[in-house]
Amino acid sequence: MFDTLTDRFDAIFTRLRGRGRLGDAEVAEVLREIRVALLEADVNLAVVRDLIEAIRARCTGAELAKHLTPAQQVIKVVNEELTATLGGEALKISYASKPPTVVLLAGLQGSGKTTAAAKLARWFRQQGRHPYLIGADLQRPAAVEQLRVLGAEIGVGVFSEPTDPVSVARGGLAEAQRLGRDVVIVDTAGRLAIDRELMDEVRRVSQALRPNYTFFVVDAMTGQDAVQTAEAFHQALQLDGIILTKVDGDARGGAALSVKQVVGRPIAFLSTGERIADFETFHPDRLASRILGMGDVLSLIEKAEREYDEEVTGRALERLQTGTFTLDDFLDQLRQLKKMGPLTGLLSLMPGVPKEMRDAKVDDRDVGKIEAIICSMTPLERTDPTVLDGSRRLRIAHGSGTSTTEVNNLLRQFKEMRKMMRGIGPMAKLVGGGRPGNPSKSSKGSRKKVKGGRVTPSSRGLGPTR
Amino acid sequence: MTLVIVLIAVAVVLLVSGGVVVGARSRRRAPALPRTGAPRPGAPRPGAPRPGVPRPGAPRPPTSPPVMAATEPETSSTPETQTARPVLRDRLGRARGLLAGYFDQVRGRGGIDEATFEELEEALILADVGVSTTTRVLGDLRDKLRDGALSVTDPPALLQALQDDLVSMFEGDVESLAYADGDGPTVWLFVGVNGVGKTTTIGKLALRETRAGRGVVLAAGDTFRAAAGEQLETWAERAGARIVRGSDGADPSSVIFDAVQHAASRGAGLVLADTAGRLHTKVNLMDELRKVRRVAERPPGQLTEVLLVLDATTGQNGVVQARQFTEAVGVTGIVLTKLDGTAKGGVVLAIRSELGLPIKLVGVGEDPADLVVFDPVEFVSALFG
Repeated sequence: MFDTLTDRFDAIFTRLRGRGRLGDAEVAEVLREIRVALLEADVNLAVVRDLIEAIRARCTGAELAKHLTPAQQVIKVVNEELTATLGGEALKISYASKPPTVVLLAGLQGSGKTTAAAKLARWFRQQGRHPYLIGADLQRPAAVEQLRVLGAEIGVGVFSEPTDPVSVARGGLAEAQRLGRDVVIVDTAGRLAIDRELMDEVRRVSQALRPNYTFFVVDAMTGQDAVQTAEAFHQALQLDGIILTKVDGDARGGAALSVKQVVGRPIAFLSTGERIADFETFHPDRLASRILGMGDVLSLIEKAEREYDEEVTGRALERLQTGTFTLDDFLDQLRQLKKMGPLTGLLSLMPGVPKEMRDAKVDDRDVGKIEAIICSMTPLERTDPTVLDGSRRLRIAHGSGTSTTEVNNLLRQFKEMRKMMRGIGPMAKLVGGGRPGNPSKSSKGSRKKVKGGRVTPSSRGLGPTR
Repeated sequence: MTLVIVLIAVAVVLLVSGGVVVGARSRRRAPALPRTGAPRPGAPRPGAPRPGVPRPGAPRPPTSPPVMAATEPETSSTPETQTARPVLRDRLGRARGLLAGYFDQVRGRGGIDEATFEELEEALILADVGVSTTTRVLGDLRDKLRDGALSVTDPPALLQALQDDLVSMFEGDVESLAYADGDGPTVWLFVGVNGVGKTTTIGKLALRETRAGRGVVLAAGDTFRAAAGEQLETWAERAGARIVRGSDGADPSSVIFDAVQHAASRGAGLVLADTAGRLHTKVNLMDELRKVRRVAERPPGQLTEVLLVLDATTGQNGVVQARQFTEAVGVTGIVLTKLDGTAKGGVVLAIRSELGLPIKLVGVGEDPADLVVFDPVEFVSALFG
């Protein structure tokens, strides 16, 4: 989502780096460009103005670090101001001492409340809680039905009745208590901030429930209006946090910055895709770095931790170290990767992946093809691809509905990959043992190794901050 | 495919080495909590790999025949048809405020100077018109002032000139929706990202068209989102329209194909085809939509409109959406929804100037009568508070 904003900053900073000294005129020019970049990213005008003023004051003021070049100083200042705007700490959910913990979701129509409710329920379950869903959206046709279907999919109970939102909320809460659920998530109807009647209604729901957390659900593609809407909801409901949805598109997500700034509450979660698993906690400090093009290693590791099966990974690691990584292991890894979501999304999280690769149009269907090819091989062929002669390859191509060219392609790439993994194995072992690794070990040969070498030191460096 | 393999390789390497870090850490921190190897709930839902296995023309399993609603179209039985058409500005009256302040400031100025233009710029940006369109429009205005093509001295006249310029951007647009002139049923296809109001727009249009005496068939092409079909069915009942549904996760093209066939055999004149919301960045889903369009075009159906539904709160990403959807399925017009909020929907100006897409309909409220034909003059004056 934030990639395009990142690109803009990249371009601005690249030009800055080429300059020795920055005069007032240059600073003004850079600030103008940053302003346009932020506005095009839908950051609210007022927020942009504040940000630019803060940056200007610090760039022209006496606050100059001696050891940095002027360009570096500007980058440093922009980074710090962005981080400050996005807020320092991630939201930590503290559970009510007397359960259930009540979470209320509110927002405009179509911002994704119902989907977010189900995703949030799944997230709470992953935290070892027992969530319960209340469908208080009686406005939109079939909204409750949608919640029921999603609830059934993730195995979380859903309460609703065709009365009115306040009674549904009360009834649902009582039911949750009876069932001994410790987290209750309430989905409400979408409403415009200026619709007095409906805003009153949601306020009454809120008064009836006394929620521990009220989240404002907002579409990442929202424009300048995000601020006004967020303000109105904040006034009515006292928001505790923000859930940013549809983050998997290419919107620059300036709304996130604006809403955060105006409401003064953290962005708590990101909804990053159509699958229920596509939901993650938000880390402002990490995001600022991502905007400035440093990747988001921690989110990636967390995602891996959640979706990756340690046993399978451990086995792969062992094979990797001994150099006996087979197509079967590759298939395992591929399937694990698939669980984590579309490849493109994954790559955007990885630091050091060159821009061309991040932007590459990846067709996730190709993953299916690869899976089909490997599945069409015999166990022997998977362990020892060297036995694959022309006729075997033809059989595999037929069996998997692909062509021999595609089979050949896969085999060639796999061979190369194995070579590169041998270079990485020893390093991974060192890191695994917690001792300082030597990234240079992986840097001989193909360009892919360089990336493997880069992720390790940074993840090691950031690891203990958790 | 080579690229994908390379990417997977990179990803595997990074993750395995990352996984080591993870593993090491969890061993250090929480030895008491071994991770279960049980299948995770996050595994793809059965319907998830949507177009992964395209079954072009394949017959659906007998267990999921298209459901035909039994609702007989009872046209013109609803008495309260002609309520006064809501004027956009009335609706937007509630939402005045911020922008009005800007323009009032401009109006109240003694003369036209650089600050006037700066204020105009800020007002347009706040209305989501976007930096580049704003710069271009104001640049033109400035040029005209300099050339003497425009001779105004007081701010209100300048504002009027700007409004006229903006209105003229929509000149020559056809706002009405096209019906097929042949025998087959007219097909209108609705596309857009998630949550913009496609299904609701179709429901309201169905009501309008049945009241106008047309036989309407709704095609529940959103087979992905939970209960989207139920939502459309509620609208079908309200409108007295027929509906054709497939099973959840069914190929949307086949649902729309069935709907067109159904309309043709029943002599219904209009098919409103719903599709699942999709982000324009999802390559496979956009491919799916291309196929939906190809199928919708097949005779006897005549596809006359591909309408991109756009939420007025959308910012500059709206331009990208319009571009991508136009490239994929040849959008013929825009439906701008949720304009009754505080959002101004100025991004359609950017879309109009960049892609030449006309705005056809505007949604200004929850009531079915609140879906109105786009009027550039009203829209622009609403933009100016």
